[in-house]
Amino acid sequence: MLEQLPALQVAITLTAAPVVMMLGRASRLAWVLTTLSCWASFAVALLLFNQVADGSVISYEMGGWAPPWGIEYSIDAANAWVLVIIGLISALVMPFARRSVEQEISESRIALFYSAFLLANAGLIGITLTADAFNIFVFFEISALASYALIAMGQDRRAVLSAYQYLIMGTVGTTFLLIGIGFLYIMTGTLNLGDLAARLPEVSDTRTIRAAFGFIAVGISLKLALFPLHLWLPNAYTYAPSMVTVFLSATATKVAIYVLLRFVYGVFGFEFSFVELSMAWLLMPLALLGIVVPSLVAVFQTNVKRLLAYSSVAQVGYMILGISFASVLGLTASILHLFNHAITKAALFMAVGCLVYRLGGVSLTQLAGAGQRMPWTMGAFVVAGLSLIGIPLTAGFVTKWHLLQAALEGGLWPIAVLLLGTSLLAALYIWKVVEAAYFQEPEDSTEVVHEAPLGLLLPTLLLTASTVVFGVFGSFTVQSARTAAAALMGGVP
Amino acid sequence: MSDAALIALPLLVPLIGLLLIVASGRVDSLRDGITVATAVAMFTAVLQLLPKVSAGERPRLELFELFPGLGITFEIEPLGMVFAMLASGLWIITALYAIGYMRGAKEKHHTRFHAFFAVALFSATGIAFAGNMFTLFVFYEVLTLSTYPLVAHKGTDAARAGARTYLGLLLGTSVGFLLMAILATWWLAGTLDFTPGGIMAGRVDPAYGSVLLVLFLYGIGKAALMPFHRWLPAAMVAPTPVSALLHAVAVVKAGVFTVLKVTVYLFGLDYLGELATSEVMLYVAVFTLLAASLVALRQDNLKARLAYSTVSQLSYIVVGAMLVNQIAALGGGIHIVMHAFGKITLFFCAGAIYVATKKTEISDMDGLGRRMPITFAAFFLGALCVIGIPPMGGVWSKWHLIMGAFEAGYGLVVVALMISTLLNIGYLIPPVIRAFLVAPKDGGGGIREAPLLCVLPLSLTALGCIALFFLGDNLAGLLAGMFSVAPAR
Repeated sequence: MLEQLPALQVAITLTAAPVVMMLGRASRLAWVLTTLSCWASFAVALLLFNQVADGSVISYEMGGWAPPWGIEYSIDAANAWVLVIIGLISALVMPFARRSVEQEISESRIALFYSAFLLANAGLIGITLTADAFNIFVFFEISALASYALIAMGQDRRAVLSAYQYLIMGTVGTTFLLIGIGFLYIMTGTLNLGDLAARLPEVSDTRTIRAAFGFIAVGISLKLALFPLHLWLPNAYTYAPSMVTVFLSATATKVAIYVLLRFVYGVFGFEFSFVELSMAWLLMPLALLGIVVPSLVAVFQTNVKRLLAYSSVAQVGYMILGISFASVLGLTASILHLFNHAITKAALFMAVGCLVYRLGGVSLTQLAGAGQRMPWTMGAFVVAGLSLIGIPLTAGFVTKWHLLQAALEGGLWPIAVLLLGTSLLAALYIWKVVEAAYFQEPEDSTEVVHEAPLGLLLPTLLLTASTVVFGVFGSFTVQSARTAAAALMGGVP
Repeated sequence: MSDAALIALPLLVPLIGLLLIVASGRVDSLRDGITVATAVAMFTAVLQLLPKVSAGERPRLELFELFPGLGITFEIEPLGMVFAMLASGLWIITALYAIGYMRGAKEKHHTRFHAFFAVALFSATGIAFAGNMFTLFVFYEVLTLSTYPLVAHKGTDAARAGARTYLGLLLGTSVGFLLMAILATWWLAGTLDFTPGGIMAGRVDPAYGSVLLVLFLYGIGKAALMPFHRWLPAAMVAPTPVSALLHAVAVVKAGVFTVLKVTVYLFGLDYLGELATSEVMLYVAVFTLLAASLVALRQDNLKARLAYSTVSQLSYIVVGAMLVNQIAALGGGIHIVMHAFGKITLFFCAGAIYVATKKTEISDMDGLGRRMPITFAAFFLGALCVIGIPPMGGVWSKWHLIMGAFEAGYGLVVVALMISTLLNIGYLIPPVIRAFLVAPKDGGGGIREAPLLCVLPLSLTALGCIALFFLGDNLAGLLAGMFSVAPAR
C-alpha cells in the first residue's frame, strides 16, 4: 500500500472529479465528497513528505513501465514540500468553501464547480509529482483549463473576461513550455527528467538547447506571473470566486515556481543555467522590478482583493530573487517562502472571503467600520498582514530574514536595503486596509452586520494562527527548506 | 524560585494586569486600583532579581528558538536590572499621578490609556531583560507600537499628526537601519548574543564595524540623535503622564539603554575604540547635545522645552558610550537613572500646572509659584538634578562623564559638557524665577495646587533626586558589574 502512495496522490482527486460532476444537483454531497478526497490527498502528501524528509528519493514507475518508456514519478524533499502546501491549502479551503460557494455559485453549478476544483487540484499535484517533461505539460494544461473554468464562475461579469485573459496568456505559456520540451526531446531522445539531466551536458553547447532553455524559462515565467508577464494575475484573482482565489493564490504560482526550479537546477543544472547562461542577471532585475513596481501599484488600489493580488506578484518577486542569488541560502529562502507565503496569502484571502460574504464586496469604502462589526475576521487580516509585511514572530519574518542573509552573503547589500524598504511599502498597503476598517465610520451605521459564520471563520483563524506558529517555531520549516534546497542543488555548493 | 520563574514573573505581571484592567474597565475606581496594584506587583517582582544580579549571577531564560541559533532569550545583567527597576518603580508613582491627571484634566478613554501603559511597561521590561539583540529588537518594536495609541490619545488632528511623525520616524529608522544592522551583525559575527566584551572583535572587519556602528546608532531612533529627533517633540501631544513616564523614562531610556547595551555587549569598548566612526558619532552626539539645548532655550511651551532638553540629555548617554572607556560608559548608565528622576519630576510639574491652570506656555506662568509652591519647589529640585548640582543625584553622572572625557583625552567634550550645563541652567531655572519672583499679570486669583494625586507623586520623585545623591555609589557599584565577565554557566 505504502509504495503505491505516489499514484494515489494524484489518483484520488483525479478520479473524484468525474464522480463529483455526475452528482448533478446533489450539491451538498458533492461538497462532502470533494472535502473527503482533499483530506485524503493531504494525508497522502504528509505520508510522502515523511518518507523523504531525511533527503531520500522515491521513484515510482507508473503502470509498472520502467522509465524512460514509462512515466516515472519521483519524489524528493523539494516536491514533497510543494505537495504538502497543495494538500494543506486544499484541506483547509474546503470547510471554508461550503457556505462561501453556496453564496457565490448558483445551486445547479456547484457540483461542476467542485469537479473543476478537483481537476485543478489533481493537475497541480501531477505537475509536482511527475519526473516526465511531457507529463508536466499535460498536467499544466489540466490544471489550467480547470482554473479558467473556476475563475469564469465568479459573480462579477468581468470574471469571464479575466478568465479569457488568463486563458490566452496561460496557453502562450504552456505552448512555449511544449516547444522547449520538444527541442529537448529532439536533441536527447528522452523526456525523463533524470535522463535529460544526464544527456544534456553532451549537447548543451548548441543553439537548440539554449533556445529550449529560453522557451521553457519564458513559458513557466508566464505561469508563475513573473513581472512583466503577470498581467493576467490581478484580474483573475480579483474576479474569481473567493474560494478559488484562496486556492490559486496559495498553490498555482508556487507550483510553477517549483517547475522552474526543477528545470533550472535539476535538468539544465546549476552550471549551465547560472554559469554559462548567467541566468541570475536576467532574473535579478526582473525580480527586483517585480517587487517594487507591483508593491507601489498595490498601495494605490481601492479594492482589497486586487490590492492583495498585486502584493502576490510582488511576493513572487521575492521568491525569484532568492533563486537569482544562485546560492543554497537563497534557494532555501525561496523554498521557505513558497510555504510561508502560501499560508499567509491564503489566510488573507480567506479573511477577504469572510468580508465578501457579509459585506458583499471589499472596496475600501465598503470596509468602513468592519473592525468593530467583524472583529475576528479583521483581527485575522491584521495578523496575517503582519506576516505579509514580515514582522518578527510571524512566518513572513522567517523568510525575510533568510532572504536578507542570502543577499548579504552574495555581497548585495543594496538589495538588502531595498528589501527593507519594500517591506515598508507592504506596511503601507496593509495599513490602508486597517485604517479603513478600524478608523472610518460606516456610511449606514444602523445596518446590522454580523461576524462571518463559523464555517468560514474557523479555517481563516486556523491559517492565521499557523502564520504565527511557523513564525515562532521556524526550525521545522527552515530545516525542511534546507533539505529541499539541497535536493534541488544536488551537491552543487 | 527558579531563575526562569524569577524572569518570567516581571514580564507576566503587566500582561495579567492588562487583562484585569480591560476586564474592570467599566468600574473606574476598581480599574485604577488594579493599575496601581499591577505596578506595585511588577516592581516587587523585578526586585526579586536584584540580590542575584548584585551577587554577580546572570539569570537566564531561553524561551524558544525561531530557527537554529536565533531565539527569544532573556539574561539579566546589571544595566538591564537597573533599567527594569527604574521603569517599574517609576510606573507606581506615574500610575498614581495618571489617575489624578486623567481625572483632573478630564481626559477620556481611561481604560485604553491604562491598558496600553501596561503593554508599554511589559515591552520596556522585555528590552531590559533581552539576552540577545533579536529579542531586544522584537520588544523595541512592540514598545513603539504600544505607545502609538497613547500619543494619539486625544484623537484630535494635531494628536494624530504628532503620532504619525512618532510612528513614522521610529518605525522607519528601526526597520531601515536597526534591522539592517542586526542582519549584518548576524551575518558577520554569527551570533546576536549579548556577551561581556562584545562579539565583534576578531570576527568583524573594523571597516564593516564602522558602518555597523552608524547604522545601530541611527537605527535606535529612540535615542533621538539628530537629525532623527523630531519624533520626541512630536510626541508631546500626548497626555502628560505619557510624556513623563514614556518620553522621559521608558521609551527614550530604552533607546539609550540599547545604545549602551550595543556598545558594551555587542561591539565591546576595546573594539569600538578601533572604529573610525566612533569619534564621528561622538561629535554627532556632542552636536545634538548642544544644538538641542539651544533649541530648548527658545521654546515657550513648557513641554516642548522639556522635550528638547530630553533630546539633549539623551546625547549625554550616547557621548558616554562613544568615549569608549569604562568610566564614561558607567556615567552613561548612571545618567539613565538620574535624568529619569529629574525629568519625570519636571514633567509631573508641567502636568500639575496644566491640571490646575490649563496653562502650557512659560510666559503665562508669572507668579504661579506663590499659588503652587510645592509644585514649583519640586520643579526647582528636578531642574537642579538635570543640571547636575549637589546635593542632587545628577551630579554623579556628570562627574563620571567628565572624568571619562578627561581619561579619553577629549578636552573639547569636557568644554561642551560645561557649556551644556550652563545652557541647562539657562532654560530650566527661568520658569522657576518667573513663578516665584515675577508678579502675576492677572493677579492669579482662584488658582490652587493640583489634586493630591498629582502633587504627591511629583514630591516623591523630587525627594528621590536628593536620595539618589546619597545612593550614587551603590548605583555605580552595581553598574560596574556590566564590565566583568560573567561566571561560566
